[in-house]
Amino acid sequence: MTGKIRSRDEIVAQFKDGQTIMCGGFANRGVPNNLIQCLLDSGAKHLTLISNDTGDADLTIGRLVHHRRVDRIVASHVGMNTETVALIEAGEIAVTFVPQGSLMERLRCGGSGLGGVLTKTGLGTIMQEGKQIIRVDGEDYILETPLRADVALVRARMADPLGNLAYRGTSRNTNPLVAKAADVTLVDADLLMEVDEIGIDRIVTPGVFVDMILAH
Amino acid sequence: MDIRNRIAKRVAAYFKSGDVVNLGIGMPSLCPAYSDPGVMFHTENGLIGVGPLSTGLRQVESFTNASGQQFLPLSGASAFDSAESFAIVRSGRLAATVLGALQVAENGDLANWARPGKMVGMGGAMDLVTGAPKVIIAMELCARGGEKKILKACTFPLTGRACVDHIVTEQGVIDVTARGLVLTDIVDGVTPQDIARQIEPELIVADDLRIMEA
Repeated sequence: MTGKIRSRDEIVAQFKDGQTIMCGGFANRGVPNNLIQCLLDSGAKHLTLISNDTGDADLTIGRLVHHRRVDRIVASHVGMNTETVALIEAGEIAVTFVPQGSLMERLRCGGSGLGGVLTKTGLGTIMQEGKQIIRVDGEDYILETPLRADVALVRARMADPLGNLAYRGTSRNTNPLVAKAADVTLVDADLLMEVDEIGIDRIVTPGVFVDMILAH
Repeated sequence: MDIRNRIAKRVAAYFKSGDVVNLGIGMPSLCPAYSDPGVMFHTENGLIGVGPLSTGLRQVESFTNASGQQFLPLSGASAFDSAESFAIVRSGRLAATVLGALQVAENGDLANWARPGKMVGMGGAMDLVTGAPKVIIAMELCARGGEKKILKACTFPLTGRACVDHIVTEQGVIDVTARGLVLTDIVDGVTPQDIARQIEPELIVADDLRIMEA
């Protein structure tokens, strides 16, 4: 069964200039590196990147920065990547920092049909600037709004042809959240499995969220 | 014991068996060596049960900590996505979080993510100080150039307001309390006056001041 498994060329054709790209991964781990290569090969530029971080200089997600494909970044931390830091300081990349837990909730809302989430994280700091404060039962919260992307890049341990996904260890990280929050969700899976082979209860991301899986 | 391990060992004395604790990068990551074996460690990318760093063939990409270092998961470990990870953080399930600091204020305000004009992001620090019932700062008492780090008010961008409980330094331990900063532990050979000179706010000395292992 072929299902949602697509050739490299079909994946490369998904990328266009100016898109918002959401990418799974944390500190160079659990990153969909084969899809990042497809994105680089597409030549798409002026991208907005939503990811927890930008990896290291010219590694994993950092390759998109190194090859100057990214104009804007939404992330929780970019300190590991000296190239990202230098481009931000030079004014060549615009950055929005979001506390990591709030960023995850914004992805979850974007993928769950929700209008936002209320959190105490960032209250009394510059993170509340320009955001709505909402009082519930006498307590103040910051309203964090949903984030969505044109294309999501997901790394999974296993994928079946219907797009059902399972992950491994801390490589799961942001991937199940990213998988839900885009118009087109692309998957880079270590192992391509048969239908029913992953196991109903072992599946973390149901295939309904997935559009295409990169063929091996 | 060097200064970093001295601080880590004193921090670990706050943990008890059954606690789930989040450790920041750098000095806090030395704490497990001194902790009760019943303490479990949380990494914010999404796992409880972080074990020792792995080497050679035991290194697996799929078990990495907040610094991206590979570790061995312990028996009983559980993995989850990063939203679940911060649900654990915000809902108060952690016993404590241990972080470094650039500045701490008398009222427990913490600045540890940005210097003016130099911002690389806060990662999970703002969520951790908001959700963890106990926030422990592991840091040297003064900055490299000798500048004071414990101040009446922070001048750097804040990570959180009134969130710090304990400040563990190489010279002693200071608690943030409703009546002010209280010196609870001191290293032999250092006097409370020595520490008071190196901080901006007034320092109260605890009645039962303890000697901190050097």
